[in-house]
Amino acid sequence: MIIKDAVCPFCGCLCDDLDVEIDGQRIIRVQNGCTLAESTFTGSTRLQAPIRRTASGWEMISYDDAITDAADILLSSDRPLLYGWSSTHGETQSFGVHIAELIGGVIDNTSTVCHGPSILAIQEVGHPGCTLGQVKNRADVIIYWGCNPTEAHPRHMSRYTTFATGFFVPEAQRGRTVIVVDTRRTESAEIADEFIRIKRGGDYQVLSALRAIVRGKGNVIPNEVAGVSREQLIRIAEICKNAKFGAIFFGLGLTMSAGKYKNVRNAIELTDELNRHTKFTISPLRGHANVYGSNEVFTWITGYPYAVDFARGIAFYNPGETTAVDILRRGECDAALIVASDPGAHLPHSAAAHLAKIPTILIDPHQTATTPLCRLQIPCTIAGIDAEGTAYRMDGVPIRYKKIVESSYPDDADLLRRIHDRILEVKGA
Amino acid sequence: MTELLVKNACVFDPLNGISMDVMDISIRDGRVVESVSATAEVIDAHGCLTLPGGIDSHSHVCGTKVNFGRYMSPEDMRAGRTARRGKMHVTSGYYVPTTFGNSYRYSTMGYTTVLEGAMAPLEARHTHEEFTATPHQDMMANTLFDGNWAIMEAVQKRDVKRAAAIVAWTLSAVKGYSIKLTNPGGTEAWGWGEDLTSIHEPVPNFNVTPAEIITTMIAANEFLHLPHSVHLHCNNLGKPGNYQTTLETFDLVPDRNNGRQTLYATHVQFHAYGGTTWRNISSKSEEIAHSVNAKPQIVMDMGQIMFGRTMTMTADGPMEFNLYCLHHNKWSNHDVELETGSGIIPVLYSKKSLVNCVMWAIGLELALLTKNPYQCLLATDNPNGAPFVKYPEIIGLLMSKRYRDEEFATLHNDTGQRTIISSIEREMDWNEIAIMTRAGQAKALGITPQGKGHLGVGAEADIAIYPIRCRNVDPSTEYRKVIEGFQKTMYTVKRGRIIARDGEVIVEGANSTFWVNPSVPEEISVATDPEFVRKFEEYYTVRMGNYPVQDVYLPRGKCIRTEVLP
Repeated sequence: MIIKDAVCPFCGCLCDDLDVEIDGQRIIRVQNGCTLAESTFTGSTRLQAPIRRTASGWEMISYDDAITDAADILLSSDRPLLYGWSSTHGETQSFGVHIAELIGGVIDNTSTVCHGPSILAIQEVGHPGCTLGQVKNRADVIIYWGCNPTEAHPRHMSRYTTFATGFFVPEAQRGRTVIVVDTRRTESAEIADEFIRIKRGGDYQVLSALRAIVRGKGNVIPNEVAGVSREQLIRIAEICKNAKFGAIFFGLGLTMSAGKYKNVRNAIELTDELNRHTKFTISPLRGHANVYGSNEVFTWITGYPYAVDFARGIAFYNPGETTAVDILRRGECDAALIVASDPGAHLPHSAAAHLAKIPTILIDPHQTATTPLCRLQIPCTIAGIDAEGTAYRMDGVPIRYKKIVESSYPDDADLLRRIHDRILEVKGA
Repeated sequence: MTELLVKNACVFDPLNGISMDVMDISIRDGRVVESVSATAEVIDAHGCLTLPGGIDSHSHVCGTKVNFGRYMSPEDMRAGRTARRGKMHVTSGYYVPTTFGNSYRYSTMGYTTVLEGAMAPLEARHTHEEFTATPHQDMMANTLFDGNWAIMEAVQKRDVKRAAAIVAWTLSAVKGYSIKLTNPGGTEAWGWGEDLTSIHEPVPNFNVTPAEIITTMIAANEFLHLPHSVHLHCNNLGKPGNYQTTLETFDLVPDRNNGRQTLYATHVQFHAYGGTTWRNISSKSEEIAHSVNAKPQIVMDMGQIMFGRTMTMTADGPMEFNLYCLHHNKWSNHDVELETGSGIIPVLYSKKSLVNCVMWAIGLELALLTKNPYQCLLATDNPNGAPFVKYPEIIGLLMSKRYRDEEFATLHNDTGQRTIISSIEREMDWNEIAIMTRAGQAKALGITPQGKGHLGVGAEADIAIYPIRCRNVDPSTEYRKVIEGFQKTMYTVKRGRIIARDGEVIVEGANSTFWVNPSVPEEISVATDPEFVRKFEEYYTVRMGNYPVQDVYLPRGKCIRTEVLP
């Protein structure tokens, strides 16, 4: 049987046009998807049952015991950290926030190591953006800055930008000018009409130079800015000003290089400036499929997109202090609940190492690089494969994951609901 | 079976002609009934002011742009924080509070039903998720059609039935309630960084004008027999001299419905400016009120501004960009493919600003010059004009000339030259306030058949009891008591259940979402129309099959079915 229009739970593109072929409750083939989608749907390293670390190794335990254990760990913690959330659906994220609220913990999502700086910049200067269809149907100039969609978001260009046929861009790529900005010649750069190669750490300067030129102050620009010639900068500024609709997409090359959120702020202010001449938008290329959903859910419940600390009873937010990496590095938390992410693979070593020192609970379908760091792992369904639920695409469009196959695993939302209820029961007593 | 008896209530129920009668209200299983048994739970209102639950007919509280307003404003989140307490979750924020914050504050003010002012169909799922997390108010969503490509194509062909069929398909797909037009045509122009300046200027590439969009959508709305009328945010919002656009727009509107208005014009304060620049802006409330007084087919809401900080947020993307150019404050924009736009910018309304003082006066003038209170409802376009927690102060201003004069004395010196507020003697009474905050809103939204906005037998038992002994209070002089009284109910009853007492929410919420499913004849339905389907699949970035909002998003959804008029 083929399930049409399935939603891919891998990256922030959240492609919803996949055909997934199943045989009974087994996925055998994925059509329309990229290679990342293929492996997401067909890969298999799933943990079979809850496991608990003992002095002599891992033991399998029941779900009931696992839930009681998890609740007990959280209840006896003074400074619990709840981290992850980007590879599951909204209901789970929502239960996560309510648990944090209940136990006075810190809850953070993976934005903290990807587009957290973008959020800080947006909180300073706002965000002129749009949905991806606006770019597909209108954009004649597309800029990829500090990102490599060919490898990280393989269908971004074909579904939404460069190669997509749009209403006002019927010729697709022939109707668009593509500019790639990076410190190295990536695969994405190969298809660019203009490639701007910046010296490492020079993004802020190049953005400032472009802003100056767009404002009519091009005469102050030296012959070269961070490895980019004045001629190219002036040429790029002209392309942007003459665009009918321009769209900038940026990645971790901007958020995690020297300057961090200041780079993003500068890029947003360049976009603001360009809007005085024509239409321009800017959007972060979000990584995990539903990382933006975690920002949305956190925000409507707590008021903040990430790094929320409930220790004072109220929701407190101070990135740099209440962000997971910082709390772990300081060795501050005395228990951790990790859900739907792999900090063992993605956090700096100094931060991840602390997870091994404290009782860490992992709720994740797979055996991951975090498994060796945890005391207890509870396997669950995978949102978009054997569980349904809401995910928010990188541009804020909410899409419902389909359940492709049935499985015997519990939904992570159910696991969290049970942990929540258990904590409430004990606290109430 | 659950029963509740509210004793000694001093009731105003304008839709049933009840005015300051002290009486008991019997409630069984969430509805008002003739009588209850001796075992019913009793609450004593002690002769205090008792009204049907408040209804906000235009407020931005849930969905993509509201949440983005929160997301970009940690400075506001710090301004209104409460810890988890009893049944209440943590809340944050003052002018864009979290969903629970909105819900608790509305509840303690006696508001039980809210219409979200603007929902982009493509992002409807988000709005519904936040409705669920706004647990104490029944919710409904204005659904944006201002820049809808399929609609504009139907308008261009002058095909009302086609437009109606697209509305029907969309409302039922996204579980929307009503047709919202925000700067019709202008949001599409904004896709190219442009705006429209007149209702007769064609939309780029689509060859239709705002006037044509408005008149076609009014006809489609009435053809579908929708409970609410077209809900319009006029073109040229916030521009000096825009009152002429507003008057021209009102002149387009036929009287097509015996039960309610044919056009709901929202936040009209922002559309009633004279002058040609910010330097010579003046009030044109008299011209607007004069037009509305002669047109029973139009209902408006005030769009009152109140001084202080707040956040502007609207589907009117180009307007927000103009504001950005004025304020240089942080600016967000979010265009929605094939449908609409949106923008967000924080503002400070200051008494030092003559423009802001003129705006403040215009809103009040509109309410005081409109003869029939059913035609000018109390709202701030929350949070655009002010957060809704300011409503009690607005009630005070409407009921007391003295309070208005005291406020006026603190404003910019030139305000008197540009406005007429200081010359208006009218003071509204309790009954008129009850109309402007619940009865009128229920009638305008078409939800009286759902038992909203009144307390007659069969009504939904949504009741607000305020600690105001209205028989002994003179609002004209004791306006402070009025303001304080409206800020915090003694009891708020929702569907027969006490949800708030003395400013504390005491139960978990169990709200409903009202949505409309209009049925259209098979021959005009677009669901399987090849042209409609082809364009959808080619130009949207989500598959048509993934677009409709699933039932699971409306755990207590209430569907209103309509049939086209024969």
